Order: sequence, then C-alpha cells, then structure tokens
Amino acid sequence: MRRTLPIFGVLAVLLVAIAVVNPFFLEPAGFLGFVKRAAPLVILAAGQYFVIVSGEFDLSVGSLVTVEVVVAARLIDGDESLTWPVLGLLLVLGLLVGLVNGAVTTLLRVPSFITTLGMMLILSGAVFLWTGGAPRGALSQGFRAFGRGSLGPIPWSVLILLAVGVAAVLLMRADFGRTLVATGDNERAAALSGVRVDRARILAFVLSGLAAAVAGILLGGFAGVSAQVGQGLEFQAITAVVLGGVVLGGGRGSVVAAMAGALTLEALFTLLNLYGISGALEFTVQGVIIIAAVAAGALRLPFRLRAST
Amino acid sequence: MTGIGKSFLGVRVLSDVGLTVAAGEVHALMGENGAGKSTLMKILAGVHAPDEGTIEIDGRPVSFGHPIQAQRAGVAIIYQEFNLLPERSVAENVFLGREPARAGLVDRTAMETATERLLAELGEESFGPRDLVRRLSIAQQQVVEIVKALSLDARIVVMDEPTAALAEHEVELLYRLVRRLQERGIAVLYISHRLREVFDLADRVTVLKDGKHVTTVPVSEVSTDELVRLMVGRDLSAYYPPRATSVGEVRLRVTGGGNDKLHDIDLELRAGEIVGIAGLQGSGRSELAKALFGAEPFTRGEMTPRRPRSVREGVAAGIGLVTEDRKAEGLALRQSVRDNALLVARALGRQGRQGPQGLRELLERVRLTPPREDQEVRYLSGGNQQKVVLAKWMTVAPAVLLFDEPTRGVDVGAKAAIHDLMRRLAADGMAIMMISSELPELIGMSDRIVVLRDGRVVGTLPPAPTEEAVMRLAAGEVTS
Repeated sequence: MRRTLPIFGVLAVLLVAIAVVNPFFLEPAGFLGFVKRAAPLVILAAGQYFVIVSGEFDLSVGSLVTVEVVVAARLIDGDESLTWPVLGLLLVLGLLVGLVNGAVTTLLRVPSFITTLGMMLILSGAVFLWTGGAPRGALSQGFRAFGRGSLGPIPWSVLILLAVGVAAVLLMRADFGRTLVATGDNERAAALSGVRVDRARILAFVLSGLAAAVAGILLGGFAGVSAQVGQGLEFQAITAVVLGGVVLGGGRGSVVAAMAGALTLEALFTLLNLYGISGALEFTVQGVIIIAAVAAGALRLPFRLRAST
Repeated sequence: MTGIGKSFLGVRVLSDVGLTVAAGEVHALMGENGAGKSTLMKILAGVHAPDEGTIEIDGRPVSFGHPIQAQRAGVAIIYQEFNLLPERSVAENVFLGREPARAGLVDRTAMETATERLLAELGEESFGPRDLVRRLSIAQQQVVEIVKALSLDARIVVMDEPTAALAEHEVELLYRLVRRLQERGIAVLYISHRLREVFDLADRVTVLKDGKHVTTVPVSEVSTDELVRLMVGRDLSAYYPPRATSVGEVRLRVTGGGNDKLHDIDLELRAGEIVGIAGLQGSGRSELAKALFGAEPFTRGEMTPRRPRSVREGVAAGIGLVTEDRKAEGLALRQSVRDNALLVARALGRQGRQGPQGLRELLERVRLTPPREDQEVRYLSGGNQQKVVLAKWMTVAPAVLLFDEPTRGVDVGAKAAIHDLMRRLAADGMAIMMISSELPELIGMSDRIVVLRDGRVVGTLPPAPTEEAVMRLAAGEVTS
C-alpha cells in the first residue's frame, strides 16, 4: 500500500494546479469532462497492468484500438441496427488478438516484447491495406453515444470506466489476480505450487486485448474515425502503469495505482495544454517520465534493503 | 597450507587446517558435505582470503587477493561446473582472455597449434582445437579444462568431484588423464566422495570434518571402513522428536519408476512415517522427489496415485514438494506471507476453504514468529521462510509431502521447529519423504532410510542405522 501512495499525491497536486489555472475544472461538468477524456487511457492502463504485473509487455494495444475503430466504421457504415452486433464483434476481436499474443508468448516462448511488437506492425499494416490510408464508412449514433453521450449528467464513458475499474479490482483480489502477481514475481515457484502460469499469462493478454477493444469503442465515439486514432497509445499506457509504481518485470504494484497513473498522465497533458505548451512535447514528457519512474524504482531498492537489515 | 582458518558471518567453517601436496602426487581430500572442502579449495584458488594461516608454493609464501593471482602462481581449479563458452572453439576457450596476438590480431594458428600439442600430450584424439565446445561430451569438456590448466603452466591442479557428471566408462579416461598430470610432476588435489576413486588414484588422503583437519595418511595404510569412520564419526547430540510408533496405509507406491536420470525405482510411502532418502550429490535424490511430484515426471513404471505428468497433476493428486532452493523455487519473495501461504490453495481454486481465521491458525501452527500476514517474505529469516513454504502446502492437506533439504540455511531453533512439525504432520496421517545431505538429521528423523546411487535404489536401512552404514551404501563398496 505504501508504494501506491506517492502517485495519488502527485495526481492531487496536478489536479489542484489545473483548478488554479482553470476554475471551471472544479465544477462537476468540468471535472467529468476531464475523466471522460481520460477514460480510454485509464482502461488501457488497467489492461496493460495485468500484462506488466505478470512480467510481460503489450505493445500491440495502440494498433488494436485503431483497428477496432476502423473496423467499426466500415461495418456499421451509419446503420443503426448494426450497432450491437458490431460491438460484440469488436470485443471478440480484442479477445482474439490478446489470445494470439498470449499463446505466442507462452507456448512458443517468443518474448512478449517481440510478439506484441510484431502484432503492432501486423495490425498497422492490415489497417493500412484495408483502408488505403483513409478509413471509409461511418459510426452510428448509438455507437458514438458510448464515447460522447451521457446518462443524465454523467457521461457513459465515466460509467464504463467505473465498471472496468471495479472489475479489475475484483479480479486482482480473486485467485486469478493473486496467482498472476506471484507468477510475475517468481514464475518457477508459482509453477511448482501448481499454478498454471501459461494460462494466467494468456488471460492477462486477453484482458489487455479486451481493454483495447473497450478503449477503441469509447475513442471512436469521442474522437471520431481516423487511421491515427490509436497511435502512441501503447506507450502512453505503459508510461501510465510505470508511473503508478508498477515494476516492469512483474510481481509488484496495484491496478488502482496503475489507473491513477493514467489519470496523472492525462492531467499532466491537460496542464501542459493549459499553459499553451505544444502538444508535440507530449512524447518528450512521456519519455522523461518513463525513464525517471523506472530509475526511481531501481534507486529505491538498495535503500529498502538496507532498512530491512 | 598451514593453520588455515576462515569464518563466514561469524560462523567458523575452517580452523587450523593444514595440507601439504607434493609435486607428482595425487592427494585426495575427503569429508562430508559442509566439512570445509570447498572453502579450503576456494582459499587456495584465491576466491576467499583466509582469516589466518599461510600458503606456500615451492617454499615461497604467497597470498592471493584475486583468483588471477592464484592462477599466475600456478594453481588451476577445475570446478564441477565448467567455465567454458559453448559457442567458441576448443582453442579459443583454452586461450580465453590471453589470446596470442600478431600485429594486433589474434593469432589463430599459434593458438590452435599450441592446443593441438597439449591435446596430443594428453593422448586425446577424439576431438581437435577447432571443434565447438558445445558439441563435446562432458568428459571431453573436462579435458578442455585440463588443457587450459596445462597451458597456464599450472603446478597444482585441483579437481572438484570430477567424476560426478561422468558416465562409468568415462571415469577410466579421467584416471588416465590424472596419471598423465602426475607424470608431468604436477600436484593433483582430488576432491571426491567416492571411496573407490580415492583408493584407485590417490597416494595420500586428507580427511576434514566440521572444518577441522582429522588426518592425512597414505592410502595404502587405511581401509575403507576406517576412512568412512574418520569422515563421519561423531556423536548424535542433537534432539529429534520420537519416531513413529505405528504406520498406516500406503499413500504412495512406485514400481519400476524411471526416466532419463532414474532407473527401476521401487518405493512405498505410508501414512504416519518419515522416509529418509540418502545419497551423494548426483545420485538422483532431488530428481526422485521431482519425479514423484510431476516436475520432472517418470516416463516408465507404475505409480499410485496415478503417475503425475505435470506439477499440476501431482498437486491435484495430493502430493506436495518443499523444494531444495527456497528462494528460487519455493517462494514469491516480494509477495506477502498471506499471498505465499495461499498460493497452492489458490492455484487449485480452493481459497474459499481457508478463511482469514484459518490462515492465522495455520501460521501459528507452523510457529511463524511473529505470525504477521502482511510482511513480505523476503524480509523473513530462512527459518521463517521455510515455515511459510510449509504453510503453503498445509492449506491443501496433501496426502504425501516431499521435503528436499528442509533445514538447509535454517538456524537451530527453526530447525527443531520444522522437525517437530514434520513429525506432527506424519502423526496426523501424512506420508513424508525427506532428502537431506546432513546424515545426523537424516538418521535422527527417518523411520527408514532409502539409499540412492547413480539413480537407483541400492538399499533400505532400518531406523537409526550408523552413519558408516549409510555412507558405505551411498558411496559404494570398494570392489577388490
């Protein structure tokens, strides 16, 4: 628990800083708008958390988001009646991509960095081939409601985010979650305790794929259809998870902190935006954060060890 | 070497040990596990610095701060694990780090010619200097290590259990090599558990026990029995819980069990008894536990319960394994006591049966001190860590629990607690198998002792046999 606290402190400071520059942020509509904007990244971070805590990476989620959005637009093509069947199909697509990532990584023993990097390229290429660079078709109103509509004052995406968050926390408290973390910490010990480590890891990739599908559905409604919609999201998600104090290599960190990491990253981007700093700087900021967070984690270790003896 | 003493973290492992090896002599160094052989060897190799005592080579006192200095002084060590690069050629390995150079480039020809010459001197023709090390057999790799030692102009060659990894027919080749070294006037310090080799090869033998020098005698003046007694003879002073008074039904039975490391294993484990497994390093003790458990399954033979093909099947069939290497194989070190203790139950989806109350009682039962559930296990002592491993298995109440070196690296108090717990588990109807390199522990705890050698069961001993009896079976009688 101690390790998750710093990220909430940082998040609070950033939120206050935003409120100082932009008082509208303190009103319900202003704050909910921020959460709505952050929802896809937070959901992706939750998915990415499962993979990272088990000791792997998922670099394919950005491309997967793009694929989801482009496929949705093409298949629905404005036809309201196709909304629900296509939503189902998108979730299945996310699940299948996760399944392939997981199976290749565990059963074929390809390092996940390579597996998911390959998957990222495969998906990007497929989208390009299919669309010729300019996506066709259009989303239905019903579909777009998830990303931009609301139930009374509360945006749908915020409700979906809450549901995903609760589900993620419950999963991490269940047998699956605890054995997954143990697998990330010491795969051999977990296997010798009867844990089906391959199955746990495959499931983690499937959850990441599903998270990408949900994020894609929200982004499609919110940001519209383009072949760039998911670009860079995989690195944002990994940065967010690391920022939340989750250790690369596995075995350590909480899913709530990972999601708070995503909110923090989004808050930081919002703040930069408010100060009129170029959006192009976002990549630089991410790069600095990911290196600094990992270095800080590595530095802390010796001190902790010394304190224990 | 005179008056050598060494302590690690306040534990004295060597005191006042002396050893003299003459040029052209094969000198055997014997002793039980933990007698101090390896430490003495590492001091000679410059890996550890002695706390007291002196080393002289050719009459000149030397002191080594680094293995390189020992190497330059003519000491070469051939460890059990070879230090060879598998993807490089024989010649490249021999001259690793000191390649002959010509005009700034590695002179391959010189390197290969020199290696060729040394191989020829040893009478080795089965491979050449250009062969890749990974294609060589273990015995051939050993030859490469010896060639490396010769190319360094070693005066003293130390061999640590050189036959442990060799097949029967390869041992003969090794003997020949050792004799060649001897002919060249090299002093060979030969560390081995195997009595036969010592009698076949050595001129003199030095016995160490509990870090002290026991004796140095010419091999011709000592008998097998005497040697064994010198190595193990000591009082059983430690306390062990009383043995089983009655044993129950058979919990596990193997007939003709085998895989690539084990052959014709017949074994029965009954409810209520503790069966000790004795054997030298490499005799297949841990392999036996892993086969019964399903981690390295049997490929032949009958077993009740059904022969597990995976760990999962073993665990589901009610078999547990407390592994030898607690940190690498037993625990997820950065997780809490609770998460580790519940790992097996969760893997089987049986967490529901173990409420918070149950877990607390369990931690008290294994005498975790203090019984804190949220502590990360890496901050616990070795003894407490082992208790968490035990708790992990007790959550699913296996019918059979296999222990591989259950008290290694554990302090005396925790050791007694673990022994006591093992006995209570047996009394509650569990069948227990225990592997231990520590003979007093094995003899003190076991209701009977099964002895392994070269992957086979070579005998079963009744309760409380002598250490000599166990060692004689484990090491193999001298046949003459």
